[in-house]
Amino acid sequence: MIETIIFYVFAVATVTSACAVVTVRNPVHAALFLVLTFFTSAVIWMTLEAEFLAISLVLVYVGAVMVLFIFVVMMLDINVARMREGFVRYLPLGLAVAVIMLLMMLSVVTSDVFVMEVGSEPVAKAADYSNTKALGAVLYTDYVFAFEIAAVILLVAIIAAISLTLRKRGKTKYQSPSAQIAVRKADRLRIVKMPSSED
Amino acid sequence: MELVYLAIPLASLLGAIIAGFFGKQIGRSGAHCVTIIGVAVSFVLSLLVLKNVAIDGAAIYNQSVYTWMISDGIRFEVGFLIDGLTALMMAVVTAVSLMVHIYTIGYMHDDPGYQRFFSYISLFTFSMLMLVMSNNFLQLFFGWEAVGLLSYLLIGFWFKKETAIYANLKAFLVNRVGDFGFLLGIAVVLMFTGSLDYYEVFDRADSMVTATMQVIPGMDWSVITLACILLFIGAMGKSAQVPLHVWLPDSMEGPTPISALIHAATMVTAGIFMVARMSPLFELSDTALSFVIVIGATTAFFMGLIGIVQNDIKRVVAYSTLSQLGYMTVALGASAYSAAIFHLMTHAFFKALLFLAAGSVIIAMHHEQDIRKMGGLKKYMPITYWVSLVGSLALIGFPGSSGYFSKDAILIATANSEVWGSGYAYLAVLLGVFVTAFYSFRMFFLVFHGEERMDEHTREHLHETAPVVTVPLILLAIPSAIIGWLTIETVLFTDFFDQAIIIYAEHGAMAAVAEAFHGPMNFVLHGLSPGPTWLAAGGVISAWYIYLKKPQLAGAIRQRMEWVYQLLDNKYYFDRFNEIVFAGTARAVGQVLWRLGDALMIDGMIINGSARLVGWFAGVARQVQTGYLNHYAFAMISGLILLLGWVVLG
Amino acid sequence: MMTLTLSHYLILAAVLFSISIAGIVINRKNIIILLMSIELMLLSVNLNFLAFSHYLDDIAGQVFVFFILTVAAAEAAIGLAILVVLFRNRGSINVEDIKELKW
Repeated sequence: MIETIIFYVFAVATVTSACAVVTVRNPVHAALFLVLTFFTSAVIWMTLEAEFLAISLVLVYVGAVMVLFIFVVMMLDINVARMREGFVRYLPLGLAVAVIMLLMMLSVVTSDVFVMEVGSEPVAKAADYSNTKALGAVLYTDYVFAFEIAAVILLVAIIAAISLTLRKRGKTKYQSPSAQIAVRKADRLRIVKMPSSED
Repeated sequence: MELVYLAIPLASLLGAIIAGFFGKQIGRSGAHCVTIIGVAVSFVLSLLVLKNVAIDGAAIYNQSVYTWMISDGIRFEVGFLIDGLTALMMAVVTAVSLMVHIYTIGYMHDDPGYQRFFSYISLFTFSMLMLVMSNNFLQLFFGWEAVGLLSYLLIGFWFKKETAIYANLKAFLVNRVGDFGFLLGIAVVLMFTGSLDYYEVFDRADSMVTATMQVIPGMDWSVITLACILLFIGAMGKSAQVPLHVWLPDSMEGPTPISALIHAATMVTAGIFMVARMSPLFELSDTALSFVIVIGATTAFFMGLIGIVQNDIKRVVAYSTLSQLGYMTVALGASAYSAAIFHLMTHAFFKALLFLAAGSVIIAMHHEQDIRKMGGLKKYMPITYWVSLVGSLALIGFPGSSGYFSKDAILIATANSEVWGSGYAYLAVLLGVFVTAFYSFRMFFLVFHGEERMDEHTREHLHETAPVVTVPLILLAIPSAIIGWLTIETVLFTDFFDQAIIIYAEHGAMAAVAEAFHGPMNFVLHGLSPGPTWLAAGGVISAWYIYLKKPQLAGAIRQRMEWVYQLLDNKYYFDRFNEIVFAGTARAVGQVLWRLGDALMIDGMIINGSARLVGWFAGVARQVQTGYLNHYAFAMISGLILLLGWVVLG
Repeated sequence: MMTLTLSHYLILAAVLFSISIAGIVINRKNIIILLMSIELMLLSVNLNFLAFSHYLDDIAGQVFVFFILTVAAAEAAIGLAILVVLFRNRGSINVEDIKELKW
């Protein structure tokens, strides 16, 4: 009972803030609304007994990714006024596409196909069920390969992001030890033959 | 004996190969020695064979020498059939060839292509021998085509001369038309008898008499008539009958020795030989015989008329050949096959003689060929004069000469033939006697008698030609004079040709000739009574009168009958017709195919068109790449919706 | 309606997904909003996975969400890095100004 109420409340909140994300003028506001969406959906995830993932959503997604978004939004100097043109022009098209998509998905979801014997009621878990433990038990044994690859993906992302945005500062002087060591005598010393002055 | 038969063609072939491939190494005298030895061997052995068949009465030899392949039950073989007809042809071919070989030493003395010429004429001898010795249609066709090829090569021997190249191409193309008919004829024979071998075909020929086939749907044609007419079309091409005669006068572009060999004595007679050989087939179809006789008569008379207005010495003799071939064809149509072959033999000798004599005159006149620039050569070239006289008398049928016997036999046979068209034929050959006498003695008088019309420089150098030229002339004059008398009885009235030539009782022409014949002497005396001989005499006297006594008369007659002169001078406009209709059509078709077919359709539509289509389509399709991010995103979303829709709704 | 079934969660995920699609189509001016819509899409997919994992009692769904989270973070980082470089070069993050890659 209470679960249902929680679900509905937070579901409405999620949908509302999602709409706000795509409609508000100010991108900073949009980013903040997205943060709100993530928070409310984390609660919904918890009703699905996926606490670990809900927490990691908040920590990782909101904490890192959204912060990054806000960094970038702040960094870019955006002309807000120009942002609003064309919104009304494309609204009908966007609505139409969204509605069509929604209807199609709903027709799948609510059809008889989705009446499953197994899925009508969730399996009750034990009282000391720990989502983290369950995830960990599986992650480092059955899915360890995917885990490692995920780590590599993150590494690649770091390298890519840095290499894309790195700017060489040409004005500072710095030493290059390798160049210093590689010097040869001929680079520094030039012997000039001169007639000796003997008097 | 088989070795002899093999040696006859192979000796000439060997000579040809050696002179052809090793000409440079063995030099000029080496080339002519090797080829003359080859042909001489062939000649001697041919005489041996002739003696064997004619005098010793040997049995007919019909053997296959080599089986090339057997396909679907049809045998493709190389084989020899030696009977009276073959033996006679072999002797004639090798005799004339040998004379021409010796003559060439003198005629082509200064020519740079000396060895090549000898190689070609030896190769021609080989081809002609293979043709006449054959016992099946395949080998016959091989020989047929080979002599056509050699004719092409020899007419265009001086290949740097434009007119020679036009002439040899014309000869080959017209021949091809004839060969097309010939091949169709062989195909019909093969289709209905299932064999290419002569004797097998003759045995099964009766089955073709009742059979009919529909070439044009709805019209039934008798197979035997169709086959014979098609085979005769081949003979028309090869033996230059109207309308496939147009190549022979142009073939005079080749050197005179080959005009004598190929276009008088041997190649052009291949068609006559073939029809005689096929007598069992032709006898079965009266329609075909009528066709043959009408074509032959037309050629005999009308071609002779053209000879009257020719001014080139070789052209006169060329038209004379055309006319005489017409005579032989008329004899074939009258079912007098042996008379035709007899005339073939005598004609070979005196026509070759006339050509070689003309060649002798040309050499002496420093390659001047226009008879209007000659005259009075009698005192400068006595030997040539006398042999020419003998040849001309034989040609017009002077009583006692060999030409008399053969021509009279033909005349009597035609008079007694009963096929449709024989009346017209008899009239044509009879009037032709007058025409023949007229043009041949016109030429004779203009060249050897009368006032001398050549220029000073040429006159000073006029003398009789070298013995290497005149000896063959004399050697040919002898048979021109006497061979008729000696051989008429054997050839026409004994069983010499019995196995080779079949005549049916209802075609009683030859039987009538046999009745009229009571020995050569009697035949000659019979000729002195009114008839063709007087026509010939009339022709000679008219020629003498118009060209020697009153030369201005010729010009006056021409002015009165200018349109006749124009008609004859333009050879009845056959050449113009071919040029405009056939050549023009071919060129027009080529133009259309080039402009429309090639340039427009293939290049324009298919090749360039497909490229342009791809280009146009790419131009349209690339507009999808707008560069706008949201367009791409929208495209993705639309695609997704469509896919989803297909899965959900489908 | 009182008991929560799988369909509830799936419907919610569908709604979130269509909102994000609408956001992509509507938004022409700001690439950042575009990227945020993509994050929303990923969120809705995550919800789907978790719902199925819960109702089918299969932990694999949650493992998958784990990895989606990882990859989404990486992708967001790189996307933003590209955006920054783009802004440096162009001076504008207007979607309609970026149209060089065309015919």
